[in-house]
Amino acid sequence: MNREDFPMLKQDIIYFDNGATTLKPYCVIEKTTDYYENYSANAHRGDYDISYKVDMEYENTRDLVKKFINAKEKEEVIFTSGATDSLNKIIFGFFGEYLESGDEVILTISEHASNVIPWFKLVSDLGIVVKYIPLDDNLYVTLDNLKKVVTDKTKVISLAHITNVVGDVRPIKEICKYAHELDIFVVVDGAQSVPHMKIDVQDLDCDFLAFSAHKMLGPTGVGVLYGKKELLDELKPTVYGGGMNESFDSPTEVYLKELPARLEAGTPNIAGVIAFGEAIKYLNNIGMDNVLHHEQHLRKYLIDKLIKIPHIDIINLESDSGIVAFNVDGIFSQDVAYYLNKYNICVRAGSHCAKNLKKGVGVTNTCRVSLYIYNTEEEIDNLVELLKDKDKILKEML
Amino acid sequence: MDENLKREIMLENYMHPFNKEQVNDDSYIKVNTNNESCIDNIDLYLKVEENKIVDLKFMGEACAISTSSTSIMIHNLIGKTVEEAYEYIDNFENMVEEKEYDSDLLNEGIVYNEIYKQNNRKHCALLPYVGIKKALKEYIDKK
Repeated sequence: MNREDFPMLKQDIIYFDNGATTLKPYCVIEKTTDYYENYSANAHRGDYDISYKVDMEYENTRDLVKKFINAKEKEEVIFTSGATDSLNKIIFGFFGEYLESGDEVILTISEHASNVIPWFKLVSDLGIVVKYIPLDDNLYVTLDNLKKVVTDKTKVISLAHITNVVGDVRPIKEICKYAHELDIFVVVDGAQSVPHMKIDVQDLDCDFLAFSAHKMLGPTGVGVLYGKKELLDELKPTVYGGGMNESFDSPTEVYLKELPARLEAGTPNIAGVIAFGEAIKYLNNIGMDNVLHHEQHLRKYLIDKLIKIPHIDIINLESDSGIVAFNVDGIFSQDVAYYLNKYNICVRAGSHCAKNLKKGVGVTNTCRVSLYIYNTEEEIDNLVELLKDKDKILKEML
Repeated sequence: MDENLKREIMLENYMHPFNKEQVNDDSYIKVNTNNESCIDNIDLYLKVEENKIVDLKFMGEACAISTSSTSIMIHNLIGKTVEEAYEYIDNFENMVEEKEYDSDLLNEGIVYNEIYKQNNRKHCALLPYVGIKKALKEYIDKK
């Protein structure tokens, strides 16, 4: 749907790598240019008209994000450089201060690197312990399996809402309910869920949520850190400088601003944040339920065709998202991706930054198709046609 | 060399790579080599005796170009002295980087003489060479 809104689609390409990043509609690109051409001033200055306009536009995006994820307050939305930055701020700024040696954090083996390595750093810095929820046969997380690894030392559960390899949707609401009864915090990596489905942080009741603008039609270099107000108040800045302080007369007299400014030091990605607002408006116009429905429809369409090809091995037959991971029997995933590239089809090959998953799936590398609003049945037909003939792949992959 | 023949040699070395086996023997130098796109991942096992490469094996997962290039490299380096090995390596790298090289020295390594046309695959062909240089350096440093 809406293909005419995307300039990239004028090229002869089929873009199936939306889990990595998404294409941008004209409105987002034009909003970026509009800032640089017509009111290119800094934020939080307000002494002259164009600067005032910057503040209005910048804060308008915060308001749009707040409504998009149904946060209780605007101050609960912090702009970062991306989901990775958000997760680092949550893990080091909050949990780095809160956790003590021996405290346990629960992850899964299918987490993205940005929700693993910062925790590993706390293992070496503080002596915390990392544990993993065992995945079931479908590589899903279940509440029962979570309960098996929770102990009285568990302080936080940190996991993706939707994983970027397998595409399973985790039962976040149930996990939060269970965790909060035991005073355990829940951090949600929403990089693969917020762009694709309706998210209500109050309904989920998660404590923190991280996601990126560029995976939902927005610009690169912008992300969101959501946290419950009372927790963000405790989150120590990991970056200090301009825009976040009230005064700094001496080392013992540094006074910081209130949220959200306290956690947004330095000149932010103003153009990016403002243009991100357009991406949210664009998605709102389509409706997030329609986005999800479209992806699920296309996924089923693709799976129904792939499953008939004997040399195709589908890794995640069952999944509620728009992610399909597969391999061509006996051919390395990267060679399949190179082959498809010759026909201008963009798919991702590799471990998708979830290297721990190797131990879980037993398949090191896969080809991944991740769908979005502008993908079509016709594009899928093209892909399937190219995958049908294994000899052709072998002949043309080099 | 004919396009189809080159492809056949690469494919043959990909499907049936030479000396692909795990080594658990302390007399071998073990190095890992992987590329930036976080996917190809190869371990090389090198055994040098009296300045001569007496054995070279590999294990790991990599694309057709990397795997075949590793297989062909191993085939050509076994039996060479360290100096001869470096000469082969330099020649191969020069070929991939479009510099002057001696094609007579490369044997079937020559099948990658047009890999420069696919910029994103040059590093695949060079992957085992990154590894072997690490291993040879380790041998020389130990000496």
